[in-house]
Amino acid sequence: MAQLWHRNDLLLMGVFTLAVLAMPLWLAPFGAGYPDLLQKLAIYGIFAIGFNILFGLTGYLSFGHAAFLGVGSYAAVWSFKLFTMNVLPAVLFGTLLAGVFAALIGFISLRRSGIYFSILTLAFAQMSYNLAYSVLTPITNGETGLQLTQSDPRIIDRLYVEATSGLPSTELFGLKMSGYPGFYFCAAILIIAFFFSVRIFNSPFGVKLLAIKSNQTRMGYTGYNTRPYLLVAFVISGMYAGLAGSLLAVTDPLAGAERMQWTASGEVVLMTILGGAGTLIGPLLGAGLIKYFENVFSAYNEAVLHQIFAMLPDWLQSAMVFVVNPFVGEGWHLTLGALFVLIVIFLPGGIMEGIRRLSSLVRRIIARSRRDGLQAA
Amino acid sequence: MDAILLQILNGLDKGGAYALIALGLTLVFGTLGVVNFAHGALFMLGAFCAVTLQQLLTISKRVKDESITFFDAYKETPYLEIWFGDTGKTIIDFSVPLSILLAIPVMLLIGFVMERGLIRFFYKRPHAEQILVTFGLAIVLQEVIKAQFGANPVPQAAPDFVAGSADIGLWFGLGEGLVYPWWRLIYLGFAAVVITLVFSFLQFTTYGMVVRAGMQDRETVGLLGINIQRRFTVVFGIAAVVAGLAGVMYTPILPPDYHMGMDFLVLSFVVVVVGGMGSLPGAVAAGFLLGILQSFSSMNEIKSLIPGIDQIILYLVAVVILLVRPRGLLGRRGVME
Amino acid sequence: MDFSDSKLTRRSVLKGATALAGTAAAASPAFFIKNAWAAGQFRNDPGNAKSVTIGFNVPQTGAYADEGADELRAYKLAVQHINGEGDGGLLNTMKPLSLKGNGILGKKLEYVTGDTQTKSDAARASAKRMIEKDGVVMFSGGSSSGVAIAQQSLAQEMGVIFMCGLTHSNDTTGKDKRRYGFRHFFNAYMSGAALGPVLEKEMGKERRAYHLTADYTWGWTQEESIKNTTEKLGWQTVNAVKTPLGAGDFSQYITPVLNSGADVLILNHYGKDMINSLTQAVQFGLRDKQVNGKNFEIVVPLFSRLMAQGAGDNIKGILGSTNWNWSLQDEGSKAFVKSFGAAYGFPPSQAAHTCYVQTVLYANAVEMAGTFFPPEVIKSLEGFEFDGMGNGPTEYRAADHQCFKNVLVVRGKQNPSSQFDLLEVVQEVPRSQVEYDPKIFGGELGPYQA
Repeated sequence: MAQLWHRNDLLLMGVFTLAVLAMPLWLAPFGAGYPDLLQKLAIYGIFAIGFNILFGLTGYLSFGHAAFLGVGSYAAVWSFKLFTMNVLPAVLFGTLLAGVFAALIGFISLRRSGIYFSILTLAFAQMSYNLAYSVLTPITNGETGLQLTQSDPRIIDRLYVEATSGLPSTELFGLKMSGYPGFYFCAAILIIAFFFSVRIFNSPFGVKLLAIKSNQTRMGYTGYNTRPYLLVAFVISGMYAGLAGSLLAVTDPLAGAERMQWTASGEVVLMTILGGAGTLIGPLLGAGLIKYFENVFSAYNEAVLHQIFAMLPDWLQSAMVFVVNPFVGEGWHLTLGALFVLIVIFLPGGIMEGIRRLSSLVRRIIARSRRDGLQAA
Repeated sequence: MDAILLQILNGLDKGGAYALIALGLTLVFGTLGVVNFAHGALFMLGAFCAVTLQQLLTISKRVKDESITFFDAYKETPYLEIWFGDTGKTIIDFSVPLSILLAIPVMLLIGFVMERGLIRFFYKRPHAEQILVTFGLAIVLQEVIKAQFGANPVPQAAPDFVAGSADIGLWFGLGEGLVYPWWRLIYLGFAAVVITLVFSFLQFTTYGMVVRAGMQDRETVGLLGINIQRRFTVVFGIAAVVAGLAGVMYTPILPPDYHMGMDFLVLSFVVVVVGGMGSLPGAVAAGFLLGILQSFSSMNEIKSLIPGIDQIILYLVAVVILLVRPRGLLGRRGVME
Repeated sequence: MDFSDSKLTRRSVLKGATALAGTAAAASPAFFIKNAWAAGQFRNDPGNAKSVTIGFNVPQTGAYADEGADELRAYKLAVQHINGEGDGGLLNTMKPLSLKGNGILGKKLEYVTGDTQTKSDAARASAKRMIEKDGVVMFSGGSSSGVAIAQQSLAQEMGVIFMCGLTHSNDTTGKDKRRYGFRHFFNAYMSGAALGPVLEKEMGKERRAYHLTADYTWGWTQEESIKNTTEKLGWQTVNAVKTPLGAGDFSQYITPVLNSGADVLILNHYGKDMINSLTQAVQFGLRDKQVNGKNFEIVVPLFSRLMAQGAGDNIKGILGSTNWNWSLQDEGSKAFVKSFGAAYGFPPSQAAHTCYVQTVLYANAVEMAGTFFPPEVIKSLEGFEFDGMGNGPTEYRAADHQCFKNVLVVRGKQNPSSQFDLLEVVQEVPRSQVEYDPKIFGGELGPYQA
């Protein structure tokens, strides 16, 4: 197993760790260097990485992963309400409960494959969403979303401190989990989560999952019972989603039912495919791109555009604003949709394919120039 | 008793809509092997064919309301009414049924353009990429509609003489309490006719026979020297028309807005899969089955027994059926498994 | 699946990662940590800057996008007027007025926008962007109660004031009220109280009502409020049925009404749900029915002109209540319709009106307080009484941050004189009739200092 831990992977982990921790610096020029979006990028990165463990390795396309995200969030908020504002129990609780939930749903859904599997997972997630929105309101607080209140018991915290007049905030042994500390907490977990996913991809277990993807029947002929492997992959991936969900609650202690809607499940599918399913980094990039559009692009309005094009002459500035305006602000959906179409047409394999092509192009150019240089010498 | 009859009618009516949408979707699955997430958008585009025609017919002479000074408010009288009097009024009144005439060529064209311009490049690509590209396309289409028509629903009226309810109780001697809207009965009949037409086309024409052969084994049909590609284009066009017509006729029941396609998308996939991949009769049967079960689960008697059952019935039924019958009601082995 | 013997390598990588994370966390600027401000300092204090920014968070995608677009138009107008541009709008009619038409406290007012998508998560993300990145001192907007409540609890956590847009649930200023959240719009209780006497006059004391209710918190509070009112009148409630949000086809809920013996149908739906259920109820012939010797009636407690547009002819003759309508003839309403009409060529919706007023009220409160320091601004808004904003004399009640003012009972107009003339005002119900004891809904505002 040690030999599977290549130098390349070490390099990857190192570069990845640096890149994630330095996100506030290098994302600032893109208008994304503020805590909330950074937190979201890290959290949805975890979500997408986890989804990729199932989809990228086994080819099983779950359309109900948002259910686990939601369960993770609800569990975390309940942990804040009942026990303590410390985030560790919340994260643990959220991840485990999502795991249990995933085991139940996975056990049933994995009896089928292909689109039948997709629809089974979708059905479970939609049932969770519909019930959370209406009948289960005593547990989920329905449309408004589960929130902290003044009257929560918070048993463990009460042992040590008196209740204050305001609502408490989430903390890690005294360190408040809003703003940048919250981001670094999520980033640290993202790095660990990524590390585990690299390990899974390189492990014999990962290879078996890949074998299931390429030919499940033949895998069965060799004497492997594939379902336990699939179930483990499904549960791990569900726990990643639960982890992401509980982190959403950590950085912002509120859990809403729409986190479980099919659109949210669809979003993580899109993130993964957009970035490149089955690649290590791809899903993260896909998640980042979609969240960036949702949060930054949607905020552009005419006034902002005028500032952006301020260096242009007046008539050209107005013309540019006129042309660009339908694609930003309320038109951010349009741009996102068009982006999906363009990327999948020109880059089958997603963003990672683009990066691969770019890097091989660069390598060719370097090789050629070196050859030319040699000839000249 | 009346209540149950009415719920059966409601279920059939819903089922008609589900079946029409699912029919086109499963046709495209079965023949082209493409997961089309833009199918809901086709339904929506059909509905907006009706809106467009209505807006064209009611291009109006505008008389300014002088009592309002802060902005321009107009009393609008359609030119058709001014020029042709009552005849004009009648034409406007019939704008929804007339839209069928507009929707057929328009949707056929949209279907051809979509298939030739985009979908055909994705026949051999993984399903995941088909989902991404068609989902992106669906978003683009609905945003274009939103930019043109706004986000608010646009009301569409059924022709006046079928606006009310029919006393179906009297027809069958069941008393006066049993009334049902004319337009919903028309929709049910319309769905039946369209479904029959599609089936007859596939079953009784040589063209349809080749398409069915292609569904079974595309390569062999190609080896026989038949240009299966072109037939597939036509099939996609037909699927678009069926979805579009379902949309046109649904507008008096559900005032259309740009997002209605997405609302029906998940549902139509559930119907198709419950029916079984690659099976047209399965899709139709599943559509009616789910429609009727949904109606019954909403009855107060049942809701009081199991609260919230009407919220989840569709998905619950889907889970049960897929667990009992691995390939849905009538699915074929090996299709998208 | 084993990760057993990867030895030193894995551990060292892990160690390095956590160490890095630790240092980075320690190095992050301390002022982002809550409660770290000294007295007099507060989040997003504009200090000596020449301008100050506020945020408008409205639905730009999804079912309420049109309403959101109208809210945004009104906000832009409010910013212009506060900065002394344009015709001044309601600044000409508002009494008492502290604003001088030179921005707020001499600072030019600027704004940023965001998309709530009518989802709590997205709305909070967008609001956090405004607070953390754009440095807004106040944010406002929205078309849904769930989203409004989610945002005002964020406001409390972050210490930035939120002025609610369109939100009608009792919870917003009831059990979920917050010190940092303010609502100008009316609520379900007030709808019920206003509709009661009109219903009695038009339909009598002996009626049997059937409720169809959107199955989420707003729907429930409205059902409860209307039920209380009508049962006090002596009406019976035959049944109250919950319908799933976004059901689309409501036929399976409407057919049981037909033979239930009810003679009034009350639709506790909003937006698309209301348009669909009303359209379909009319199709089922409910409006032409005679039950118990009376004409069958439909009531839609919360109305808006944009919804009336979507429902087409079906809205004609239907009773409901609304916060404001452009056809009002008082000075404030006329001034607002004039500014809005001149700028955009059509009349404003009630959502636009409430958003405009909220922005002006906030600006005015800052001017009164002489500081942007939120606790002081909140104190000057609490109990603030004003007039000339389109709803008669109004008070921001200190106990729950709910505005009390006249409520309109309206009816879908039979013969509209233009495409905008969809609602006629049946009665302007005076404020005294819709007031209630703030204690009935419970909840706590929380502290001034976030």
